[in-house]
Amino acid sequence: MRDFFTVLIGKTVRALAKLRGGGSAFPGLVIEKVDPGFLARALDRLPLGVVVVSGTNGKTTTSKIVVELLESTGLRVFTNSTGSNFSRGVIAALLQRVNLKGETDADIAVLELDEAHAMYFIAQVKPKYTLLLNVLRDQLDRFGEIDTTAKFLSNIAMATTDTLVVNREDPLVRAIGEKVLAEHSSVRVKQFGLSENLLKMFPSDAELHGSDGSPLGSRPSAGDADVILTEVGLQSATFEVAGAPYTTDLKLEGVYNTFNAAAALVLVRQVCGSEVETPALIDALSYVKPAFGRGERIELDGLPLELVLVKNPAGFRLALESFEPEGFATMIAINDNSADGRDISWLWDVSFESLATFGVDTVTGIRAWDMALRLEHDGVAFRAVIEPLDTALNEFRAHSQGLPRRIYCTYTAMLELRKLIAKQTKVENVW
Amino acid sequence: MTRELVVAQLYPRDMNIYGDNGNVLAVLRRAEKHGLSVRKITVNPGDKMPTDVDIVIGGGGQDSGQTRVHEDLLAKQAQLRDLAESGTPMLMICGLYQLFGHWFRTHTGEEMAGISVLDVTTSAEEKRLIGNIVTDSGLFGEIIGYENHSGQTFLGEKSTPLGRVLVGEGNNAKDDTEGARSHNVIGTYLHGSLLPKNPAITDFLISTAATRRFGEFESAVIDDALVERARESAKRRPR
Ligand SMILES: [Zn+2]
Repeated sequence: MRDFFTVLIGKTVRALAKLRGGGSAFPGLVIEKVDPGFLARALDRLPLGVVVVSGTNGKTTTSKIVVELLESTGLRVFTNSTGSNFSRGVIAALLQRVNLKGETDADIAVLELDEAHAMYFIAQVKPKYTLLLNVLRDQLDRFGEIDTTAKFLSNIAMATTDTLVVNREDPLVRAIGEKVLAEHSSVRVKQFGLSENLLKMFPSDAELHGSDGSPLGSRPSAGDADVILTEVGLQSATFEVAGAPYTTDLKLEGVYNTFNAAAALVLVRQVCGSEVETPALIDALSYVKPAFGRGERIELDGLPLELVLVKNPAGFRLALESFEPEGFATMIAINDNSADGRDISWLWDVSFESLATFGVDTVTGIRAWDMALRLEHDGVAFRAVIEPLDTALNEFRAHSQGLPRRIYCTYTAMLELRKLIAKQTKVENVW
Repeated sequence: MTRELVVAQLYPRDMNIYGDNGNVLAVLRRAEKHGLSVRKITVNPGDKMPTDVDIVIGGGGQDSGQTRVHEDLLAKQAQLRDLAESGTPMLMICGLYQLFGHWFRTHTGEEMAGISVLDVTTSAEEKRLIGNIVTDSGLFGEIIGYENHSGQTFLGEKSTPLGRVLVGEGNNAKDDTEGARSHNVIGTYLHGSLLPKNPAITDFLISTAATRRFGEFESAVIDDALVERARESAKRRPR
């Protein structure tokens, strides 16, 4: 009966908020007040439980891959698409899916969990499956310390009831796996990893500026991984799944998106068990498109335009290593709004030398001049520095006719650029 | 043959968190523009501290990084103090700024001994001081950067502040000082990175080092238009 009233109130508030054009998390706020247990009860009813995806980089892409792979096996998946206030957002999304008895039609939930909201969430809901991607310098503005972030992820891992999936190549995340293994014998711990030849492309944050800022080559890999990424081509990859190699075409681009796919494969294999054949999963993976702004391809003037989100040194570095600059016109858009992080020191931890040969066309964004200064220090030429994104985009477009284009952008720059581009060409609403 | 300066980067493996590599890179590029070349030596825990060194630069780190370098730093303290007292220019940011003082008191009340090159003491506080910061230094003009620290630092009589805070917090939440200087050693909480956007400090490090080694320094005329634009846009940003 409790659910009936809560859902009724929630749906009513939601309808009213919609009429007034209010925020999507508002109904969630109301439900948290009138029925604090609603979230836990609704998620507890899901027959296959809750999957949590966390880590500093790649949560959105990885969650999207997990969702689409699970759906390819016929499961109905509940997921949270955006994150303002996490729990309220999830409640608001649940309200759209539940009937008046508080039941959803979903079999399983896949939730992208921000470290900042983790403690509050796991106090209410224990994830059955948790996937931990990495601990990278991303959110120092909010937490001050990487060590703190690692602690948050460790707490999520310790609250997990069935299976924990960890990145074998990230020392902090791997250590969390080892801790859970030692202290929770009932929880399975599975790893995803990289082959020796790909390791050098994935610096951990601590190694990022090892003595010379150069990649340090291989680090010790401990233990077997369920899925290993062994080769990355241009929109293709080879995964070793339980020891057997599978090569496939991909719509995902770049080494880090592809590594996220390896993580998603491990998790989905754990959820589905032996019921699903690996070739079918690999086939489903080949259709997954990148998440909004994560290496997204748009068509402009009959040519591809790639939006590549960069938000921390490791991510930017990986993006530069993933995408070949030759033949592309390049723009870089750096904002320092609070959603981007106000501190732009991290630009100095990325080497831009790979852009030196072909140069950068336009540098834009609120901190365009800082970015230009950074490029100058690496001997990278640029054609123009134009702070306003709209003018910059027009100029960039005019100066790059006949070439495919690539824009590296921080989060809020990406949102604005996407809006501007949508006025001139069709931009698919991926998520 | 171009004249060469030797720059030692202290603990880049553990103390590198706020774009500290940018400071070394800025010295390198700026020295080139002045017609000098730079040889970089990295000093990690366990490595020997070079004796023949012209500039020493160090950065900030996690609590865990600070713990890892602490013992090694104490082992090198006599040598670092000699270098400082003989006039070697140094730049220490955030974590190493703190450890170049007398002591650092952690959140749990433990006292980590510093190496007393700077006359400062630091205590960890609950509130982090985070955000864009502008200070007025007199000698180096306005210094522009970003601060992010929970340690609050107070100066003794033998060190002078690097600057007076115009926007931001600086050394602590109580007075308006930022950073500290003794001999030719500069300690500061500003990163961002500091040197690329504050070439007056870079020039100070280079000219002091060059004068000490070669007996003279001839400054080149450098076009700083790009730096000026970056400084202007940084100054406009909210805290
Ligand atoms: Zn700092």
